Amino acid sequence: MSGFNKKTRREFIKVVGISGGGLILASFIPFNDLLSNADDDLKIFSPSVFLKIDSNGVVTIIFHRSEMGQGIKTALPMLVAEELEVDWKKIIIEQSDADSKYGSQSTGGSTSIRKNWEPLRVAGATAREMLILAAANKWKINSSNCYAENGFVVNRSNGNKLSYGELVEDAAKLPVPTNVKLKDPKDFKLIGKRVHRVDTPDKIYGKAIFGIDVVIPGMFYAALSRCSSFGGKVKSFDAGKTKSMPGVIDVVQISNGVAVIADSTWNAFNGRDALIVEWESGPYANVMTEDIRNEMKKHINDDGAEFEKRGDIKNIIEGETKLEAMYEVPFITHAPMEPMNCVAKYQNGKAEIWAPTQNAQDAQNEVAKILGISRDDVTVHITLMGGGFGRRLVNDYAVEAAEISKACGKTVKLTWTREEDMKFGFFRPPSMNIVKGSVTKDGKPAKFYHHIIAPSIMQMRFNKNLTAEKSDIAEGTVGLQYQIPNIKITGTLIPTHIPISWWRSVYNSQNPFAVESFIDEMAYTAGKDPYLFRKEMLPKDSRLTNVMNVAVEKAGWKAGEKFPDGKGMGIAIFSGYESYCAQIAEVTVKDNKLKIDKYTTVIDCGIVVNPDTVEAQLEGAIVFALSAALKSEITIRNGGVKESNYDDYPMLTYDETPIIETYYIENNYKVGGVGEVGIAACAPALTNAIFAATGKRIRRLPVKLN
Amino acid sequence: MPTFKLNINKKEYEVTVESGTPLLWVLRDNLNLTGTKYSCGEGLCGSCTVHLNGKAERSCIVSVEEAVNQKITTIEGLAENPNHPIFKTWIDLEVSQCGYCQPGQIMTLAAMLDSDSKPSRKEIDQTMSTVLCRCGTYNRIRKAIDKIVEEKL
Repeated sequence: MSGFNKKTRREFIKVVGISGGGLILASFIPFNDLLSNADDDLKIFSPSVFLKIDSNGVVTIIFHRSEMGQGIKTALPMLVAEELEVDWKKIIIEQSDADSKYGSQSTGGSTSIRKNWEPLRVAGATAREMLILAAANKWKINSSNCYAENGFVVNRSNGNKLSYGELVEDAAKLPVPTNVKLKDPKDFKLIGKRVHRVDTPDKIYGKAIFGIDVVIPGMFYAALSRCSSFGGKVKSFDAGKTKSMPGVIDVVQISNGVAVIADSTWNAFNGRDALIVEWESGPYANVMTEDIRNEMKKHINDDGAEFEKRGDIKNIIEGETKLEAMYEVPFITHAPMEPMNCVAKYQNGKAEIWAPTQNAQDAQNEVAKILGISRDDVTVHITLMGGGFGRRLVNDYAVEAAEISKACGKTVKLTWTREEDMKFGFFRPPSMNIVKGSVTKDGKPAKFYHHIIAPSIMQMRFNKNLTAEKSDIAEGTVGLQYQIPNIKITGTLIPTHIPISWWRSVYNSQNPFAVESFIDEMAYTAGKDPYLFRKEMLPKDSRLTNVMNVAVEKAGWKAGEKFPDGKGMGIAIFSGYESYCAQIAEVTVKDNKLKIDKYTTVIDCGIVVNPDTVEAQLEGAIVFALSAALKSEITIRNGGVKESNYDDYPMLTYDETPIIETYYIENNYKVGGVGEVGIAACAPALTNAIFAATGKRIRRLPVKLN
Repeated sequence: MPTFKLNINKKEYEVTVESGTPLLWVLRDNLNLTGTKYSCGEGLCGSCTVHLNGKAERSCIVSVEEAVNQKITTIEGLAENPNHPIFKTWIDLEVSQCGYCQPGQIMTLAAMLDSDSKPSRKEIDQTMSTVLCRCGTYNRIRKAIDKIVEEKL
């Protein structure tokens, strides 16, 4: 893995005069910028913002998104390397800073591979074609008589070779081709292979630098005191005791509270704990979870805004059996292992930020805004992060660090404690789901109605005037593939002052729980096997049907099987993020104690870039979703969050984790998303299995068996 | 402020910190040994696991005083031998995702295997269930441990 070590020679960052978002094609690079000089007279050819090749033949691929464990620091460079025809073992992967020249760097929505599939391959292919043409010109032959392989251009007729390094100067003088041919998937050498992650060795040796590990010369450590209830503000504070504490250097007030700056994290924490702050706790200081639930309950019988309608759900025809249920999910939080943190350096009207962020360009904007400087004066270095799961799409911690740095005039590392991480998150909103339906005499689905009562992330974060039908709360229930003749999906938005945001798969972590549980209830009402009931409702040759069939085969699901007492299997399916997924859970329930024996999960995400990371994402998604289904609940008490650490907000442990089998469908369909896909079907597969084992239907998460 | 002598990864260090400072913060802030990770601060998650005289301890709840006169090994110390079977198997099976908890997983496992190279399933379950992983790498950790134990790597 030596090829992935940091560069020893002086770093040269080429500045290309391009701004604005969107797709960056190699052809946008001004001709004169294709070649530049490094200090040691090294020539660097960079026909795209995503790669550079120097005259020694060193190939550097720029990784412009955020690595939080999903494996894209490996998978995205694979896309460039595949087309560029280079030796994977010899490339250098370089994390970019925030810069609009890369297009969107926001790492969320399972978009990294989907959105970069084409631009990154185009970047690699463009450079390859230019190098080939440069070699052909040198040999005075037609470029069709040359091909690229392993960092060389080869002359077909005599086998002569020129290395990329030898060609960079000439290649840089060529015009950038605009419509290069991309490889046929059958010719892929790297894509589809189990490629080892480039960052694993450093991570396990303790050498990898996460945000929290960043050290800048002259840096101090900061901790922040915040109001325990949401919406509260500092009324006054007494820093007398804090200032006499060891290592404390300064105390400053910022928008979110009072910050203590000290010579170590520990001293900053202690100084912060010694502050006496009087809070103006605001209008929500007495809010409890029950108040929010009661507000939601008021809307159970609302007509609601209409998301989708087909046929008529109203009249139950004679012989139809009617059923109705309510499903509920709570606020939950991300709780990544690395708490929020950020290093900020504000000096002379410019800011430099080292942030474990999923959304570096947003950090750049937000930091600029709070400091009152231009975005161009904010440099954001993206660090590795110890999990993100959506939490780090919001850059509140970077803004706080920047404000503290400006207020105290020093470079600071702000570290949140775990307790702060639990209490000051941006939570996955709760929802109540009223689902009604009917099945015909001969056991076919007739009607399906889903009414969602939930706060909207889009409304709360972006547009207070957003109306329900244009909101996000119905993700995972609109556009179902089930061919039920009569369908209606409606919703009511519940405004909330509690900070809410995206949590791995967002509303797909809740609506499919209601949908797939209810479909199961319909199947039992119809007297049908839950798998066959679903199958009959789906288009015959659909990709969703296929993943379900494969899951059934792999898990050994037998239609109509009677399980031994306390044993059960449950199935659930999901389509979203341009992918398809089926999951089967197997459980044992004995004396009200649940043991999850096995999960079988099958994904069809089109072309698979790195099979190993696709499987890892599915395995991880199941553990993540099971933690939520079994254990997670954020409770609002006196306007703030009750939970404080992993003891009262527990997660699945090693011994509780079932055997997980993952399968992916091999095909050449367009690449689909992966990271969030494995979440949606997980909870309903579990609760459907619990029903099969016990006859008890779980309609509220987290699962409680008694 | 008092000065403490610490033996870390077979090297002697002197640090001047407040009494009661957790070993975790001494390692991270004073000695820049950042492989030992902060996550819960209360001994609940295992991310900060180090060895004290060969025994796995949570460095967030061990004070600097308690660490004096003990042989402290951190992940950086264990990684002085990158051929350690745990590292090799961890790479082989690609156990890590975000990687943040992995030093703690590895240090916990290494201490267990040092005291018993053929631990029972129950012992493995009990020991490894004290280290949390939010990415959900438990399945691969299990496979890696099975491989290490079965093949006596």
